Amino acid sequence: MVGSDTNFSRSGSWDWIMQRISAVVLAAYTFCILGSFIIYPDMDYQQWYALFESRTMRVFSLISLGALCAHGWIGMWTVSTDYMTSLQFGKVATPVRWLFQAGCILLICVYLIWGIQILWGL
Amino acid sequence: MLVSIYRHNPETDTKPVMQDIEVDIPAGKDLMVLDVLALAKEKDSTIAYRRSCREGVCGSDGMNINGSNGLACITPISEAVKPGGKLVLRPLPGLPVIRDLVVDMAIFYKQYEKIKPYLINNDPAPAIERLQSPQQREKLDGLYECILCACCSTNCPSFWWNPDKFIGPAGLLQAYRFLADSRDTATTERLAGLGDPFSVFRCRGIMNCVAVCPKGLNPTRAIGHIRNMLIPQCR
Repeated sequence: MVGSDTNFSRSGSWDWIMQRISAVVLAAYTFCILGSFIIYPDMDYQQWYALFESRTMRVFSLISLGALCAHGWIGMWTVSTDYMTSLQFGKVATPVRWLFQAGCILLICVYLIWGIQILWGL
Repeated sequence: MLVSIYRHNPETDTKPVMQDIEVDIPAGKDLMVLDVLALAKEKDSTIAYRRSCREGVCGSDGMNINGSNGLACITPISEAVKPGGKLVLRPLPGLPVIRDLVVDMAIFYKQYEKIKPYLINNDPAPAIERLQSPQQREKLDGLYECILCACCSTNCPSFWWNPDKFIGPAGLLQAYRFLADSRDTATTERLAGLGDPFSVFRCRGIMNCVAVCPKGLNPTRAIGHIRNMLIPQCR
């Protein structure tokens, strides 16, 4: 049976708010990156490097990375609890869903750690 | 007119079949789907379906008519079928079939029961009645008219996926009907029962419920109101 055990906040309201806030952050970050390409149409590696050298850009990128992880997890959790239920998978639904969710968590963790490494040059 | 009807008896059949029946429609008449079903039943008396008031009040004859849920008694065939087309009747989707067009609505009523569909007011009862201003009463318009035919909930993918957890549009429309009622004092308790990730927040705003409601109601808007009441509860 589908449950809320692996849910992000265990609250529909919090998930809903988090999904919207993270979407706004990601939209702002996308506009920021696209804006950089518009302002510097012939951006070379040095300019790109300089852009991400600034602390503001790094912090903004880190916040966006966190937003992407939260947004991704809430979305994938929702998809898995919609499509991986006993109606579709019968008795093995819960193991299948947990396996899928574990895979998503692993990918998100890898993505987050890798992103931090790249941003902060660790 | 050719009528194709879903036939299934889980006690004897291994799988459902669609049975085609040719029905004679009186010339120049635009019958309701329920009338066509009655004519089909004259040809095959074993067809099972629910019906009662035959005027869109009781909600008994909700079914899937040419791919869209509706009440057979108030859906004219001219609206359901293109000229020369076939009338295809199936049971409401997402609910277990008891027989032919008759579905088991237990899970639907269970969700309805969850929202406590009655006024809760622990204040001392007044001598005569609890009064409402015309403005307070107006807030119930578009909510109290629901006849629980289940056309909306059974056309909602979120209800198909999690019928045991998502209240569904019909139940949530009624939940807001009591949240919006000035005579009800259990707002906090009602909202506490709806704040989990499934009961309300499984609504994706697909709006199938709005498209098929035979009474022209808007459950999506009611769900939005409930969500707006739930968000400030986050602390």
